[in-house]
Amino acid sequence: MSGSKAQIVGVGESKYARWGKIGDVTEHALACQAIQRAVEDAGLSMDDVDGLASFAEDRNEAVFIGAELGIPRLRFGNMVWMPGGGGGCAAVANAAMAVEAGQAEVVVVYRSLCQGQFFRFGSPGMDTSGAAEPEAPTVKQADSLMIASIGFVMPYGMLMAAAAYALPTRRHMHLYGTTGDQLGMLAVTFREHASRNPRAVMGGRPMTLDDYRASPMIADPHRLFDCCLESDGACAVVVTTPERARDLAKQPVEILASEQGAPKGYGFGTFSNANVPDELYATGANEEMANRLWGKAGIGPNDVDVAQLYDHFTGCVLMQLEDYGFCKRGEGGPFIESGALSWHGGSLPTNTHGGSLSEAYIHGLNHVVEGVRSLRGESTSPVENAEVCLVTSAACVPSSAVLLGRK
Amino acid sequence: MSERFFPDSMPPPMADATTLPWWKEAAKHRLVVQRCTSCQHTCLPPSPVCSECRSTESDWQEVSGRGEVYTFTRVHRPVAGNQELPFVIAVIALKGSGGVRMMSNVVGVKPEDVEIGMAVEVIWEDMSEELAVPRFRPVG
Ligand SMILES: [Zn+2]
Repeated sequence: MSGSKAQIVGVGESKYARWGKIGDVTEHALACQAIQRAVEDAGLSMDDVDGLASFAEDRNEAVFIGAELGIPRLRFGNMVWMPGGGGGCAAVANAAMAVEAGQAEVVVVYRSLCQGQFFRFGSPGMDTSGAAEPEAPTVKQADSLMIASIGFVMPYGMLMAAAAYALPTRRHMHLYGTTGDQLGMLAVTFREHASRNPRAVMGGRPMTLDDYRASPMIADPHRLFDCCLESDGACAVVVTTPERARDLAKQPVEILASEQGAPKGYGFGTFSNANVPDELYATGANEEMANRLWGKAGIGPNDVDVAQLYDHFTGCVLMQLEDYGFCKRGEGGPFIESGALSWHGGSLPTNTHGGSLSEAYIHGLNHVVEGVRSLRGESTSPVENAEVCLVTSAACVPSSAVLLGRK
Repeated sequence: MSERFFPDSMPPPMADATTLPWWKEAAKHRLVVQRCTSCQHTCLPPSPVCSECRSTESDWQEVSGRGEVYTFTRVHRPVAGNQELPFVIAVIALKGSGGVRMMSNVVGVKPEDVEIGMAVEVIWEDMSEELAVPRFRPVG
């Protein structure tokens, strides 16, 4: 491992709660709390921080966060273009590039979500009560590229992420015989990990495969328990240079490699693009990016000890397992069935915090936090002697990933 | 006005200058794909630039409205008031379009009977005098 790579030296989070349960603290105050805890975890002071990085759809602009936290010199304020859940790892990568290039020395990556105080991601945004007197239906003006993209499919009722990512998962089932029970086993495994994690929103709610089978259908094959949580909470990670990392409070974790990926013609992915190329449709669309990532790090999927994979929906995790080469295309279902994802004896312990399905939905930055903890030996579902951790951002949208390593 | 399948309060199309002409064709019950006049590449949604030859010149090619279900989901949560549930959102591979697919709904069949590969044809739903939305139903 080279000695010039950026390191993650601190992680922190606020309390995680169910959607709408944090109303007495603002979303940006929660971001500040997570940042302060991450900086404290690193053994640094806010006076040391000179950069802030986040990713798309962040309401908590770095300039205001920097002012509220009294950052003396904000040298780097940066946002990733990849859509919401696709950009978390890219934000870490941007922080790493900044410190490696000398643009900043200590960059904090953050995410805060208090959706009860704002528009709810993935909600129709429409009155479904039937009470409103509708005006005569007509074509409306799109006020952004994203709205024009989604607006082309809105009249068919395509407004929910649960429906959008059901489409590739349904096709995966058709092509490869993937079953609902295989998706369910994944959800049950992550819930078991959450049950060991006091931070997890669903920690006290054990789940069996029968519970999964009994959960209501949302957009088939997605049942309720195939869908990630909606949460209030914030988390943050601190990135710095190897020199600065040397004598801090905790053992540093190295960012071995990072990549972003948007295949040709992919756009926003299956949510709004019915013309995702056939060879990519029933995948997470991450395979080409994954190969770049392995090539850059000089390691392969067999070298990964623990993985934190973005889990907005169970099927999207299954397809990532294939994209990243942990199993062959079409074999994600049997791979899950083999128990591979379990912290306890699985060949690829995955989402040891419980993931977005069962810890909290913080747009996957909590997966980076858990990746660091799993390499420090601080995870509540520890993997013995873990040296390499893969962390991914959302699949089935343009995405990003990082490989973390412990020396 | 046509047979109705969805309530008036369904989300409307949101269009910009690139996609609006497609809805103007739809209002005339013409199902079209965008065709590059330079390399004949066809696509949806419409784009200001051809992704294959980067030409900015294009026209509209009418398709038959026949196709097959490429993938689908049965949605059990309403997006509009007074909506029948579940409803089917599907990706339809359009016959004779040069390989173009489009998002739509499958209607006129029990949702549990929809399957990948099902042959379908377009049926226009006039949501108002100005807006027609293409849905698909099984052929025959
Ligand atoms: Zn062309």
